[in-house]
Amino acid sequence: MSALEPTTPSVPKRAGWAWRPFALTLPALLLLVAVIGYPLFTIVLRSLSEPQWGAQNYVWFFGTPVNLTVLQRTFVISAWVTLVCVVCAYPYAYLMTAVGPRVRLALVLCVLIPFWVSGVVRTLSWVILLQDSGVINSVLRSVGLDGVRLIRTQTGVVIGMAQVLLPFMILPLYSVMRGIDLRLMRAAQSLGARPFRAFFTVYLPLSLPGVYAGAIIVFILALGFYITPALLGGPRSTMLSTLVQTQVLSLLQWGRGGAMGVVLLVTTFVLLALAAPVMRSRHREAGRR
Amino acid sequence: MNPRPENRGAAIDLDTVSKDYGSFKALDAVSLHIKPGEFMTLLGPSGSGKTTTLNVIAGFTDATSGKLLVGGKSVVGVPAHKRNIGVVFQHYALFPHMTVGRNVAYPLALRGVTGAERERRVRQALDMVKMADFAHRYPSELSGGQQQRVALARAIVFDPPLLLMDEPLGALDKKLREWLQLEIKRIHRELGTTFVYVTHDQEEALVLSDRIAVFNRGSIEQIGTGRELYDEPATLFVGKFIGDSTVLRGQAATSAGETAIVISGQTVVTDKRLADGGSPVMLLRPEKLALAPRGAADAGRNRLAGRVGEAIYLGSGSKYEVVLADGSKAIVRSALEAQSFAIGDEVDVLFAGRDVKLLADDDKADLTLT
Repeated sequence: MSALEPTTPSVPKRAGWAWRPFALTLPALLLLVAVIGYPLFTIVLRSLSEPQWGAQNYVWFFGTPVNLTVLQRTFVISAWVTLVCVVCAYPYAYLMTAVGPRVRLALVLCVLIPFWVSGVVRTLSWVILLQDSGVINSVLRSVGLDGVRLIRTQTGVVIGMAQVLLPFMILPLYSVMRGIDLRLMRAAQSLGARPFRAFFTVYLPLSLPGVYAGAIIVFILALGFYITPALLGGPRSTMLSTLVQTQVLSLLQWGRGGAMGVVLLVTTFVLLALAAPVMRSRHREAGRR
Repeated sequence: MNPRPENRGAAIDLDTVSKDYGSFKALDAVSLHIKPGEFMTLLGPSGSGKTTTLNVIAGFTDATSGKLLVGGKSVVGVPAHKRNIGVVFQHYALFPHMTVGRNVAYPLALRGVTGAERERRVRQALDMVKMADFAHRYPSELSGGQQQRVALARAIVFDPPLLLMDEPLGALDKKLREWLQLEIKRIHRELGTTFVYVTHDQEEALVLSDRIAVFNRGSIEQIGTGRELYDEPATLFVGKFIGDSTVLRGQAATSAGETAIVISGQTVVTDKRLADGGSPVMLLRPEKLALAPRGAADAGRNRLAGRVGEAIYLGSGSKYEVVLADGSKAIVRSALEAQSFAIGDEVDVLFAGRDVKLLADDDKADLTLT
């Protein structure tokens, strides 16, 4: 046998036991089918059947330019939110791995406390901070600078959403970073790598699975955000969830609302499928230790 | 591998190097000269300062005071990545996201070595540790011993003049450790690089080293070849740390030409004297002791009564632990043809006065050995 060919270690198979883990997950599976599978099925059904059978709701969606603009904007805003979260969460999560247990507890609390505050309250705090006569603009004017328009802009929406979603980026990043052996950095330095280089060749690649995990969660949650864009955004920063709400609750167009939901879902799946190969190969490498 | 020129290794000079952590002195004025191409082992129990010394040489830790020269040039204040020193860690420290080949190529890539030259040198280094067939594997697919060999290849691939090894075999089982010791010895011979090797295993130190520096509580107790340390320990700590030993303590009396120690009413005498003051203790190697049935005549030798506490058959001979009258233990190694004894036998431990190492008593020597 050629030792150059990598051989995967074989895992002993115990066929007789294989069904048992599934039996244990049965309650969870039933719940998923009941609260996600059935409504999803209903939405797809209604998008094709109301007001009558056919694809008229999808024809309407793709035939109305504003829908496509909003769909595109939804993805752009979500991508910005994800980017802001990565940039803010990476150093924060790293700090959590570097400090002692007491400071770490304080940092974890700082991440979790916003979780315990209602989303509406948090978003209203952002309204107070961001509005034209709000805290940020008052401070800017008091030091002699021009005020900036934040509320009812895309920037305001991104800031507010990033703050709400930050914990979903920090926690997966932290759990991956915690597992990175910092002695590897010392080894890299002994081999001649400047600290900067050691970070980019060793630490960063090993932390990427955490970045990907956090990014997927934040991106998908951002796509469906409703309250924050509705309160912080203006007409030019409407996201798809707001349109769905208008169609369903204001116009009682369940078919059109359903079609929008299905389009959002399918587009998300397509994007994730495109991103998966990149993430998987990285994952495979970093997962080996 | 081509034979390498002699003495391509770097000399290392530590001159009164100290490292304080607050009030704790991890290193207390350590001075050590290592010759080019030498295999020097830093031996000592945990917390004795041997790893701190290694970290100071590698540049991972800054000394509080003192001078450090590598290859005649001061490296004080030079960061680790500019020292060009190979380091092998106890925990392997292979990059889990890179294959074996990319791990070994890493220091070459940093030095701008590319293409065929890089491939050739990676191949050569992996050949040297007999891991060339594993270049496409990931570290997680290798055993501990294989990972450590790859780590060794990675540390020598850029031809550093100095290789530091921090208990590299500490996590491996005994058989593998013994085989890798021989491999490391061979690689040292072939490379001619200076090796500094940290271990707490005195047997390993004896197998590998040209010279051994014995550390205790932040300072060096003695530097010498294995034979020097075994035959002529300078301190009680060294005597106890290297090899098996029997330590005899008691009421000591020094007269003109000899020293006598009274242990539980029995007097043993040696013709040696302790040069400076301090209370003398006798240290005896197991092969210098003999056992005889209680009361059997053997004139001209020292005699201590005891009872066999443990008898171990070793194949090449036997090893006995004899509990003496004062409760201390004597370790005796006897040849195969000698009379054998059983646990509980009343015996006399015999030895000649000239085989005694007379050393100053030292309570520092009694710390728990790990």
